Amino acid sequence: MYDFAYQKPASLADAVKALGAEDAKALAGGQTLIPVLKQRLNKPSVVVDLSRLGLSGISLTGETVTIGAMTTHATVANSADVKRAIPALAHLASLIGDEQVRHRGTIGGSLANNDPSADYPAAVLALGATIKTDRRTIAADDYFQGMFATALEPNEVITSVTFPIPAKAAYMKFNNPASRYAMVGVFVAKGPQGVRVAITGAGQGGVFRHAAYEAALAANWSADALNGITTPTDGLNSDIHASAEYRAHLIGVMAKRATAAAG
Amino acid sequence: MTAAFEGIGASVRRKEDLRFISGRGHYTDDINRPGQLHAYIRRSDRPHAKIVSIDTTAAAAAPGVAAVFTGADLAGIGGLPCGWQIHNKDGSPMAEPKHPVLAEGKVRHVGDPIAVVIAETKQQAKDAAELLDIVLEDLPSIASVTAAAAPGAPRVHDDVAGNVCYDWHIGDKAAVDAAFARAAKVVSLDLTNNRLIPNAMEPRAAVGDFDPTTDDYTLYTTSQNPHVIRLLMGAFVLGLPEHKLRVVAPDVGGGFGSKIYHYAEEAIVTWAAGRLKRPVKWTAERTESFMSDAHGRDHVSTAEMALDAEGHFLALRVKTLCNMGGYLSTFAPAVPTYLYATLLAGVYKTPAIYAEVKAMFTNTVPVDAYRGAGRPEAAFLIERLVDTICHDTGHDRVDIRRKNFIPVDAFPYQTPVALQYDSGDYFTTLDAALKAADWAGFPARRAAAKANGKLRGIGISTYLEACGIAPSKVVGSLGARAGLYEVANVRVHPTGSVSVFTGTHSHGQGHETTFAQLVSDQLGVPLSQVDVVHGDTAKIPFGMGTYGSRSLAVGGSAMVKAMDKIIAKGKKIAAHLMEASADDIEFKDGKFSVAGTDKVKTLGEIALTAYVPHNYPIETLEPGLDETAFYDPMNFTFPGGCHVCEVEIDQDTGVTSVVNFVAVDDVGRVINPMIVEGQVQGGVAQGIGQALLESAVYDEAGQLLSGSFMDYTMPRADDLPNITVGTESTLCTHNPLGAKGCGEVGAIGSPPAVMNAVVDALKDLGVRHVDMPASPQKIWAIIHSNRPRMAAE
Repeated sequence: MYDFAYQKPASLADAVKALGAEDAKALAGGQTLIPVLKQRLNKPSVVVDLSRLGLSGISLTGETVTIGAMTTHATVANSADVKRAIPALAHLASLIGDEQVRHRGTIGGSLANNDPSADYPAAVLALGATIKTDRRTIAADDYFQGMFATALEPNEVITSVTFPIPAKAAYMKFNNPASRYAMVGVFVAKGPQGVRVAITGAGQGGVFRHAAYEAALAANWSADALNGITTPTDGLNSDIHASAEYRAHLIGVMAKRATAAAG
Repeated sequence: MTAAFEGIGASVRRKEDLRFISGRGHYTDDINRPGQLHAYIRRSDRPHAKIVSIDTTAAAAAPGVAAVFTGADLAGIGGLPCGWQIHNKDGSPMAEPKHPVLAEGKVRHVGDPIAVVIAETKQQAKDAAELLDIVLEDLPSIASVTAAAAPGAPRVHDDVAGNVCYDWHIGDKAAVDAAFARAAKVVSLDLTNNRLIPNAMEPRAAVGDFDPTTDDYTLYTTSQNPHVIRLLMGAFVLGLPEHKLRVVAPDVGGGFGSKIYHYAEEAIVTWAAGRLKRPVKWTAERTESFMSDAHGRDHVSTAEMALDAEGHFLALRVKTLCNMGGYLSTFAPAVPTYLYATLLAGVYKTPAIYAEVKAMFTNTVPVDAYRGAGRPEAAFLIERLVDTICHDTGHDRVDIRRKNFIPVDAFPYQTPVALQYDSGDYFTTLDAALKAADWAGFPARRAAAKANGKLRGIGISTYLEACGIAPSKVVGSLGARAGLYEVANVRVHPTGSVSVFTGTHSHGQGHETTFAQLVSDQLGVPLSQVDVVHGDTAKIPFGMGTYGSRSLAVGGSAMVKAMDKIIAKGKKIAAHLMEASADDIEFKDGKFSVAGTDKVKTLGEIALTAYVPHNYPIETLEPGLDETAFYDPMNFTFPGGCHVCEVEIDQDTGVTSVVNFVAVDDVGRVINPMIVEGQVQGGVAQGIGQALLESAVYDEAGQLLSGSFMDYTMPRADDLPNITVGTESTLCTHNPLGAKGCGEVGAIGSPPAVMNAVVDALKDLGVRHVDMPASPQKIWAIIHSNRPRMAAE
């Protein structure tokens, strides 16, 4: 770890200001940033800790679930409100990392980092969630811009994420055997924004929507509707754990299982 | 009320666990000496390169830096020695290129240490290490044994032609060729044994200390054998005599073989402490562990069995290429020869065996012994070959094993590959395992799984291993440059409590409990009154350490010999006190009594007399009650047994789940059944890890692709089933305890059981063999490539 300054502002405005410094880094749960710092892969001038901004918490309306950016995965996984309104989202949160990670990692941190193998991007994209920041709201379709790339400006801070409550939804994850990140994660949803299928872990550019599956499921919401629809291997990741062909196959398996699980 | 039984055979809770599980263990990294400096090692990120230049100026001038050393600074000291010499088929010695402490002229694997920066803090050392200006010029490189053996392959060492460390053989080639010529059937199998990275929970660490007032050096290190390190580093690397060098291995958090060897970092911190007159500490980061701890396995083999028409094994022929890595680690040459090829008889009476082993240098981390060491490779080869014979010929997997087992009345049994087994009963362990695994009920479970769309398979492994690694005379004749006895010092204190000093080392095995039980049982002293001391060359007379499941069989036997001396001396003291002949004194349950009388003296009374010898046979007997024994056994020990594994494969994803695992092992005398069960469970976990999950993956050039836990699949609790462990023991016939050893049986017996189950699950697809690990991707590819065929049927 290189030396860096550390700030823990008490207001969102102060945090945004502090993040305006060159090479400033925001610290949410630290489940990616801290290991990266320890490996000297990043050399921030200042680390701005967001934990005093009051950004955690879950609120419910008849149509939406809103989750504060600093809400931990464990809180989401165990929330009675989330379990009732969008059980697939609570289930997804329960699959992230391990117990320790889930008690530190946050939804805002995960989305700001946009790891191509992270779980939350699949839910955000498939449910058509809205990301609220210190200065604006961003639709999920506009937010994810490739591997580790998002629509966020350098000093922009996510404050909350609002999910429309779907009629049906489920998430199926195939773990990377070593890291247990998603090697393929498929989130299917039928909600106010129609039928949406988002794939994480598999694409070189991070999370993406699967148009062919969406069309098939919109016509016939059943696992069988996906039979015979193959996923092109172009743009899929290939590594020692899974070739692009295997990932393409797993997308089909996980999508069918997710559709079946969503009922 | 009688106290709870805590002697031999009792599942006493481990004495050491309270400090381990409450975070109060005392490990090498917990040691901090006054004035200590910190070392950081800059390692090669290239598999093979010429070192064009190293400019240390900026690093040496960085804040807090005490010194920067490169290979040129250490050129005057010896290279890291190899403790085992193999001879080629033609009688010439193996190639043994220098293994410099810091790279000299070239780097030969990713992780090869190039320079060390020593500073006031570790951060300063790391900061300065980034300022080292190292110019490397890439050279062609190779990672696999097949690439190393290919014509025209780049040379890892300029003076080692063809990258061959040795080309060795064992057995009777003519007899094997003759048997193949008349065989009714020959079955051949190509197989690899996947390379593994040990990943002990505690990374390696070393602290060097030097006392300028006495010229005494101390090395604190994460070692399984501190005396061996003292010998190797003192005599061969640094030129320090034993009386000026103390090596301490405190609590050690797992070794699995990887902490046997003498590593560069130990020599660096000790040497630098002397140069700088200040203590120097180094602790590996996990990334360094992946690229600097010795790896395990990495064989490519062809095995052929000649059979008669009834399925009797006539002869076995094996050709193996094994990977030594970029340099020879301490015991590397022994692993694929005397710990592998000598085991190729397994539990079978195959009359003729011939094996050729070619050891190759590659641009990878050195490979050495890892839990089981050679024996898992042998068991995997034999047991996969036996199942392949059944696949090709239609023989039943259980029947063919029974047909070829060494009979119970054939012991001692001389194999065609040097070893003589002293005892065993492979039929009993087989029967017990089949029963516990409900082998007979499997077809119904398979059918039920099939109805659920799952492929279910069952596999068996009837394995054998040689452990209690010892007889000095035998290992010496096989190329060892050291003796392999063990040492115990039993000290009965004046008030009757006992300290036992052992040359073995516990790094998770529970020695503080098992050995205390042994002493408690033999001397009749409560367990709480016995302490086991290990891991310090200043406290223990000598010792060869812990590996090869040798601690109880060899180290425990040394304790028995020392206790025999204690009892013999105690009898003389008791005879004097009770005015009887020593021949008439009996010792039982901690009491010396005169036969046929009610005269009794306790061990405590005898001890007090020995240390306060007012009324004592001083003319004929020295005071004190403190005895040492060196024990060098007559033979290896030969644990064995039967493992049965049942798996279920998800056809859609290729995921293999172990749904049941039974291990029935013959480990000889059991001191603490709970600890034995734990050892077997841990070994099986590692074996399932090798079979389904773990693999050290290099690209063709020698970049380590599985260099962290993000890509190296360590087994986790939810990867493992409940493991049923049983023992069906025959006793070792040549050590006083009858103990055989249990540390490695799990890792040796389990991989072939798992893989035989995987192949069985896939048998309807015509699958004959699957190499480890049976990863989801690999199994899916097999199923996928056979799908059209399944559909057609």
